[in-house]
Amino acid sequence: MYSCSDLKKGVKILLDGEPHVIVGFDFTKPGKGQALYKCKLRNMVTGSLFDRTYRSGESFEPASLVESDMQFLYQDDNGYVFMDQKNYEQIVLTEDVLGDDKYFLVDNMEVKVLMFGERGIGLTLPIFVNLRVTISDPWVKGDTATGNNKPATVETGYTLQVPAFVDEGTLIQIDTRTGDYVTRVKE
Amino acid sequence: MTLSLRGKHEHLAQRARIIQRIRAFFIESAFLEVETPQRIPLNAPEANIAPIHSGNWQLQTSPEMAMKRLLAAGYSNIFQICHCWRDEERGRKHLPEFTMLEWYRSHCDYNQLMTDCENLFRDLVPQQQITYQGLKIHLDTTFERLTVDEAFNRYTDYTPLQAIAEDRFDELITFSIEPQLGLERPTILYEYPAELASLARRKPGQLEVAERFELYIAGLELSNAFSELTDPIEQRIRFSNEVACMPLKSTDPHRLPEPFLADLENMPPAAGIALGVDRLIMLLTDSHRIEQVVAFPPEDL
Repeated sequence: MYSCSDLKKGVKILLDGEPHVIVGFDFTKPGKGQALYKCKLRNMVTGSLFDRTYRSGESFEPASLVESDMQFLYQDDNGYVFMDQKNYEQIVLTEDVLGDDKYFLVDNMEVKVLMFGERGIGLTLPIFVNLRVTISDPWVKGDTATGNNKPATVETGYTLQVPAFVDEGTLIQIDTRTGDYVTRVKE
Repeated sequence: MTLSLRGKHEHLAQRARIIQRIRAFFIESAFLEVETPQRIPLNAPEANIAPIHSGNWQLQTSPEMAMKRLLAAGYSNIFQICHCWRDEERGRKHLPEFTMLEWYRSHCDYNQLMTDCENLFRDLVPQQQITYQGLKIHLDTTFERLTVDEAFNRYTDYTPLQAIAEDRFDELITFSIEPQLGLERPTILYEYPAELASLARRKPGQLEVAERFELYIAGLELSNAFSELTDPIEQRIRFSNEVACMPLKSTDPHRLPEPFLADLENMPPAAGIALGVDRLIMLLTDSHRIEQVVAFPPEDL
């Protein structure tokens, strides 16, 4: 169990049965009064943010979360299916949990899945992913509004800005942290 | 918003000047500067202040008892600037080791200390105006006097006694009242419910409140002052009540600071005040966080 003095940014606690991470924290104490611990918490399942104030003497159950190495298998009507590399069990992550990460999943990709008990609640992708451009109009010279960049869509449906010389069919590298184009991949 | 040690140079230089100016102010006002031991056998028991242990002794949470023993011995106007320690206090406005200014006057009550606060700030800020986090606070008028009762009435739906009964007093003070205080001129919040002032005298003719005040500027709580309780019998009872509220691990329930209680017999009527020097420097250097005004917060050690 945690006590109030363990609370700080980054600590994960269990509230109403769900894991929450402390994203903002301040200790305050009126003169001669009780210590108050003001936390901004994020529900790690729903993403919702809220404030809570605790007082000395309260205790908290740590939220135990494990990161498991998994492989992305395929997408079907239920969601995105991953397989645990250790025990070969399969789990499904929904589109809500994945957010924009869904655009960077390639079959057989190795990822880390954040597990809360039996439930997958988050994903860590490799930093770089290679995806093929499926739609990109030729660059129109003189289109200065976008500089030397033009929009392109890759095989997962994700759209980003790429340099003018990138044609349809080109394999490109994308930084999954920012979603930006990095370079062309030699094949 | 963290500053490197090198980047704190200007704040630390201002800090030194402010402390020198405080010292000069009290010397010019005919106060005697005193030094008392920082490592002591036992602090005054307070329900919400946890001392840091040092061997079988403790680091002082305040120099209050030693200063009052000096008053009892006939020293009349005394001040001290010293370090104090309070366990597990770390936040935007808190350091577990911090710098305290305390001054005491015998043969007067806390009204004189309110005037001292006005004079001290006017002396420290010759331009008579502080800009803190975008607020302009004027020092050239009398500081606002607001009773705790009025503050609860103005900013909450509770009376102070209802708040205490529901154990919401501290929360309401911190989140509903404090942020409203001292925004245009400093506010003196005074007349606390007697149960919240273990070392203060009850107000003659109005025994349910204690002669205690806190000074607020720009929502920052800067100091805490009392007309001192000088009755050793009542002090012993109040200490026992505080001990009863303390977490078990932090004290031996049978130990009280006996030499202090013995000297209290001889203490003249007096008033004393503690002012957080680091917070004062935050205010005068427009610093949002306390670690901006000390060289080394604990996490940098």
